[in-house]
Amino acid sequence: MNGVRPAILVGLVTMAVVAQSVLFRHLDVEGVVPNLALVVTVVAAIARGPQFGAVLGFGAGLLLDVAPPADHVAGRWALALVLVGYLAGRVRQDARSSTLTAVLVVGAASFVGTSVYALTGLVVDDHSWAMGEMLQVVVISVLWDLALAPFLVPLLLKVMDATQPARAL
Amino acid sequence: MSRSFGRDPDGRGNPRRVLGLLVLASITVMTLDAKTGSDSPVDAVRATVGSVVGPVETVTDGMVRPFTDLGGFAKTNKSLREDVADLEAENARLRSQAATEPVDRARLAELDGLTRTAADTGYALVAARVVAMGPMQSFSRTVTIDAGTSSGVRKDMTVLNNDGLVGRVVSATRTTATVLLVVDTDSVVGGRLGSNLEIGFLRGRGSVGDDGTLALDLVDNQVTPSRDDVVVTWGSPHGVPYVAGIPIGKVSSVVSSPRQSSRQAVIEPFVDFSSLDVVGVVVPKGTRGDRDLITAGSAR
Repeated sequence: MNGVRPAILVGLVTMAVVAQSVLFRHLDVEGVVPNLALVVTVVAAIARGPQFGAVLGFGAGLLLDVAPPADHVAGRWALALVLVGYLAGRVRQDARSSTLTAVLVVGAASFVGTSVYALTGLVVDDHSWAMGEMLQVVVISVLWDLALAPFLVPLLLKVMDATQPARAL
Repeated sequence: MSRSFGRDPDGRGNPRRVLGLLVLASITVMTLDAKTGSDSPVDAVRATVGSVVGPVETVTDGMVRPFTDLGGFAKTNKSLREDVADLEAENARLRSQAATEPVDRARLAELDGLTRTAADTGYALVAARVVAMGPMQSFSRTVTIDAGTSSGVRKDMTVLNNDGLVGRVVSATRTTATVLLVVDTDSVVGGRLGSNLEIGFLRGRGSVGDDGTLALDLVDNQVTPSRDDVVVTWGSPHGVPYVAGIPIGKVSSVVSSPRQSSRQAVIEPFVDFSSLDVVGVVVPKGTRGDRDLITAGSAR
């Protein structure tokens, strides 16, 4: 029983990472696909708080960094999603109140996460693009995540609540 | 690094401390991977994760392919419903077989093209399919193909399709391999102009859009490339990582900056990177693996 809940979370994150590179490559907008791993991280943070969000973000980011076909410097998505998980967890009181706010948090998180990822690329000089082009990618990516969030957030919140260890009452 | 997974004694801990530790861990991984370059310890992790996630990607791709091949969102929704209805699997398989026949025929034509490429260039090819594509928001252009070391695919092999050069293999597990596309900004290919044999280097320009373009810097500053001039690979010693004579693209425009004496040509690649499907990996002749080789003369 104890190992089942983490296994479900690992499975969920793996599914998100695989889906965004296999399934969504057929539905891409200018090559940009929804960042499902980021959405899972944000929802986890909203459901369980900043600490859980940061840990799950680290795991999901690291998987994005090393799962094929990734070829960038590892740790870049991990850093971005750790920050996203922490920040989303900090505003969870507001985000939990309605789906609309949660969706907006996903949008903001998508902007922060993708921007942090893009900026680390400039720092370590890895697959660096011109600023304007990178900003276009960030904008499309935010719109994608905002478009899917209304469907994914309620669904993922249910999964997160179901996998929450029972609290002592 | 393992410290970051550690729990505080009381189980809830201090979120800020956890944040600090995880940020530190991420930066450590980044520094480690960026500084060590080609013999990074992270590569071992990549290989392990790749050998697990790679096959998952291949299987997932196989499941969605009959529907994505036909195109359209409705078909994808249908596929999801059919996945649930396992009882109808047999029936659905036969139906989708009948429906995808034209697609299979198109794929056969692509394979024919690959065979021709093998015959024209005199190399042996291993045919593979693209199963996953790296998201553009990672700013790298990479794909996973469903052939790996068990088929003779190794690191630093040339990948092409019937239109021209696709990229090179950057890592390979047993059943899958990662290909860095030539439109990636970290990809550098030696190219030769078809009309005057001048040599230069092609780099991905890193721009939004499925197609992507390449920048060609010629070694000789005095030469001006002409529009529609074809660029082919110049070739590396022993064909690693690029074999010679593979068409890359044609010159679409030439920009010369007054400050720099050199002129940069913008190359439009022949390959449509948004709809990559069947590709060929150039392998040494006589390679043994679990897939048939496409060689000159064998299929004619």
